[in-house]
Amino acid sequence: MSLLERHRNIIDFALSSLGRRWKKNLALTLVYAFIVFTLASVIFFTEAVKREARAVLKGAPEIVVQRLMAGRHDLIPAGYIDILKKITGVGQVKGRLWGYYFEPSTGANYTIVASGDPPLEPGTIAVGQGVSRTLHAAVGDLIPLRGTDGAYVSFEVARVFSHASELVSADLIEMPAADLRALFGVPAGFFTDLTLKVRNEKELVVVADKIRRLLPDTRPILRDEILRTYDSLFDWRSGLLLVVFAGAVAAFIIFAWDKATSLSMDERREMGVLKAVGWKTSEVIAMKSWEGIIVSLTAFFGGILIAYVHVFFSSALLFEPVLKGWAVLYPRFQLIPHIDPYQVLALFFLTVVPYTVATVIPSWNAATVDPDSIMRL
Amino acid sequence: MFGRKSDIFFVGVALGAAALGLMTAHADYRIAGAGPSLMEKAALVERLELTDLCLFTDARYARHPSVADRHSAFQDSPMSAEHFPSGTVVLPPPHLCPQ
Repeated sequence: MSLLERHRNIIDFALSSLGRRWKKNLALTLVYAFIVFTLASVIFFTEAVKREARAVLKGAPEIVVQRLMAGRHDLIPAGYIDILKKITGVGQVKGRLWGYYFEPSTGANYTIVASGDPPLEPGTIAVGQGVSRTLHAAVGDLIPLRGTDGAYVSFEVARVFSHASELVSADLIEMPAADLRALFGVPAGFFTDLTLKVRNEKELVVVADKIRRLLPDTRPILRDEILRTYDSLFDWRSGLLLVVFAGAVAAFIIFAWDKATSLSMDERREMGVLKAVGWKTSEVIAMKSWEGIIVSLTAFFGGILIAYVHVFFSSALLFEPVLKGWAVLYPRFQLIPHIDPYQVLALFFLTVVPYTVATVIPSWNAATVDPDSIMRL
Repeated sequence: MFGRKSDIFFVGVALGAAALGLMTAHADYRIAGAGPSLMEKAALVERLELTDLCLFTDARYARHPSVADRHSAFQDSPMSAEHFPSGTVVLPPPHLCPQ
């Protein structure tokens, strides 16, 4: 009998054996698939966000210069622009105006930014889809915003940012710089922070060093640091991911440990009968290995496919309450999927292999015992 | 349809592998078609000089983690514990973490 035929016969028997205890095995496969699903969903989601951040934030300012006062971000004087312009290699320095606005009627937080090029007409604004949703505002509608003096100023919605841009624009309100100054009471001659363009990208670090020396009360943030922020944002050490990972790994360890240390009386008796009718120890172990492989492969394929659908078709629906936190405004974005074969392979080896090994160990112990003594148990 | 039970297993594995292949093909297809959407977002980022993705809108250090200052999570008082749920998800940016 060829090796393939022999293993086909063993698989036939392993499937019959699994079928005899189908309720227990179904429950086992579902729990196992859920663990794979949780881990795969986290991996797919975080990897997709990181990749999208890298692609989208390539156009972020090369250097952002913030002024810090008593450890906090403070308004920066426009006079700093001239100082920064004198640094060799600096091409352009611009002041950025932006801030946060809490809308009491909806409980949502918006980010208000000064209009870019081309600027908006005075009294008009462009809003993100999230703002439009929470305020039920469309193009042509008037949105009243409360200024620092307590008076409401109405702005006409000139444009709503597209749904496709929601990952960067959901909570944005773009308004003319003069309107923003009036709304927030930002005095003339001050900006929220400054942005720099450097002629040679290789000089970014040198320019940042010069900024620190020339203006010790400021903090330069390089574009590379902005990009690295999103590389490490969902690092495994971040609280929630650690809890998710630790929970899934602990569940898996308990699960595998239970499998490794307990073999039901029926299973022991079955192995005794098999040995008594002439099965070799290696064949009994192969049969148990195939049982482990069948369960773990079913759980692996099922878990990973449902995770893919969850993250990329339902916008990670189950993560929404966690990511939303206390926010009223939650961006609805469709992430661009990316499958990293290395990560899929790592997930495979972290789940399928330990489970299969955990199945084989007790079987090996039981299979090496005299069949007569097992059947008499 | 299946002569032997092992046929079910082999067909199942083949279907699972095919589904993984389809998943990869779908991802590639979406990446290939994502150009205009990515360009639109990148253009907006460049025009408005944005620094962060809009993932969380409850706490400012989670909305704009890359420009958050070291003390923003303890803005109310030095003894104030972190109270925004998103703060448990978002790590501080690497440039604020001690090396």
